Amino acid sequence: MISRRDFIKYSLQGIAVIAVPLTAIEIINPSKLFASKGAKKIRWGFLVDTEKCVGCGFCVKACQNENEIPYDINASRTWVERYVLTKDGKVLADSPKAGRDGFITGRIELGQGKYQDIKNEDIEKAFFVPKLCNQCENPPCVQVCPVGATYQTEDGVVLVDRKWCIGCGYCIMACPYGVRFFHPVYHAAEKCNFCYHRITKGLKTACVQACPFGARLIGNINDPNDEVGRIIRTERVSVLKDEFGTKPQVYYRGLSKEVR
Amino acid sequence: MVHGEIWTLKELFVYPNEYIYWSIQIVMYPFMTGLVAGAFVLSSLYHVFGIKELKEMARFALVFSFALLFAAPMPIVLHLQHPFRGINVFMTPHFTSAIAAFGIVFFAYGAIVASELWFLYRKHFVEVALPLKEKKDKGLFEWIKFLVFCSLTLGVYDLSEESLKRDEKAIKVLAGIGIPVACFLHGYAGFIFGSVKANALWMTPLMPIIFIMSAIVSGIALCMLTYIIVMEVRKIKIKSLRKPWRSVRLDSEMSQEDVKGAEISVIKITAKYLLLFMIFAITLELLDLVFRGYTAVKHWDILRTVIYQKDFTNIFLLQYTFGNLIPFVLFLIPGLTIRRAIIGLVLAMMGVFMMRWNVVIGGQAFSLTLSGYMEYIMPIVPRDWETFKEGLGGAVSIFVMPFVLFWIMARIFPVFNAEEKPAAH
Repeated sequence: MISRRDFIKYSLQGIAVIAVPLTAIEIINPSKLFASKGAKKIRWGFLVDTEKCVGCGFCVKACQNENEIPYDINASRTWVERYVLTKDGKVLADSPKAGRDGFITGRIELGQGKYQDIKNEDIEKAFFVPKLCNQCENPPCVQVCPVGATYQTEDGVVLVDRKWCIGCGYCIMACPYGVRFFHPVYHAAEKCNFCYHRITKGLKTACVQACPFGARLIGNINDPNDEVGRIIRTERVSVLKDEFGTKPQVYYRGLSKEVR
Repeated sequence: MVHGEIWTLKELFVYPNEYIYWSIQIVMYPFMTGLVAGAFVLSSLYHVFGIKELKEMARFALVFSFALLFAAPMPIVLHLQHPFRGINVFMTPHFTSAIAAFGIVFFAYGAIVASELWFLYRKHFVEVALPLKEKKDKGLFEWIKFLVFCSLTLGVYDLSEESLKRDEKAIKVLAGIGIPVACFLHGYAGFIFGSVKANALWMTPLMPIIFIMSAIVSGIALCMLTYIIVMEVRKIKIKSLRKPWRSVRLDSEMSQEDVKGAEISVIKITAKYLLLFMIFAITLELLDLVFRGYTAVKHWDILRTVIYQKDFTNIFLLQYTFGNLIPFVLFLIPGLTIRRAIIGLVLAMMGVFMMRWNVVIGGQAFSLTLSGYMEYIMPIVPRDWETFKEGLGGAVSIFVMPFVLFWIMARIFPVFNAEEKPAAH
């Protein structure tokens, strides 16, 4: 008859024996070992040059085609904003249809089907700002997902698992940049993922490829020879809404204080 | 169409992907969990702190809290884009999320309420099951009743003085543990909102406490209201049975005492606690408002236009005036009557509902751009399943659910025990 003391002792020993080999495997995880020995890991970063953007909307169209976003829905993974500052000090901004069709008139959308016509001579300053997911270093969307359906990859991109997302919308609420929405077909949270299926194969994102003016650039910012990384390190760039502590990884050139 | 587009009206500069994603069901969610927590705290006032006047209300509030408990997670289920994937929260809980632990907190709380109920009604289960066990020729209905109550006893038939005393002790302990857990369950709902740093209106550490205080107000109000309705309906029923032309024989023991309606003394005492928690809730809410205005950080400009202009009717008229001030005055005027209490209670509950509305919908009334607005047009007549569940129909269904459940549960857990009556008064 085994005594209680022995029973506990043997159980603990048994658990220890089972646990040791498992931890040994973890210690010499070959992929981690390889990664730590190799070059500095990849960190995808994005650079938007607002001075070069003309608001043609090619990027938005290309993104929708590439990422299975129905053409006529009123939401988009990326969009272009137009800011118009009038001589009487007003700041007006809009992004009709996410800027997909370009900005060809001086009519500013005010919502609820209302518009305001701005004459060219009344404009003090006007510019375009493309927006996309900031792939934050400290992403609030990942923090709040109750099931882990949205997660950050090793190379810094935040992805969504459409098959696991329960559709609670907490990530949409948590994003200070408003980049997320519900996909009308999959009914799961949707957002820009830097065309992860393309960049991991050495291609550019759809929007970068479509931009005729080079206003959008993507690169590995940890690579010393990378153009994007070099500009971020050596020139004056800024990010959006850094007060939220999310550490966004989309950098902007020529950002104005009116930009929201 | 993107989810949320159908009921969102945008004004000025709003990001293209912004809509009212959290609609009426997310208003119902904290409202319902608040009622659960409030009802439980009310019942614990008797069990833990021994406030004798609440004895009759305590038993009732506990059963009602249990009925409400089943309705509390339903708004979330109706709100999910993939309701059948809701189970994923238990399979891969991601604990950095405030929602991930909901299941654990909810079931822990449910277990506490269920066990407390069991200890409270154990004697009753045995008393029903034993005679049925001995009866030889049971009918079908009696068989079902026997099986239900026999299982509910969990095989414990001991009704000795000593074991009943131990039951009471267990109830006290469970009610004691239950108070912090109930507050946690609801404070937690407040944390879900208060921790969203992207939302200028929600982000405040006061949110969980404000939620708990107003939850207790709404829970007490609902319990009092249901108590009054149940007692009055009972009175009318018995009176109609007493009509001379009725052939129904009344129990000879049923005295004049039994047919009286709601006790004004019970209402008066409970109303005092209602007022106490209402004062806490209003104080904290006003503190939050004053603090925001005084510090006036970046987002105050847009918050001010939402609070003082866009949502003025909802906040200052429906919530503060009709929901707080008027019930406050109604309960404070001496000589409280049942009728006045009913008006005050309905208004107090509406006030708490409007507080939830103003937090959830009001928090989405302005854009992340801080220079645009969104308005929620609640779907009244449903066009499809989505506009039903996230519209008036869904909200009303959720609100009715606990009453139906309570009606069913009251068959098993008799809320008004005849033999206890003389002892209570």
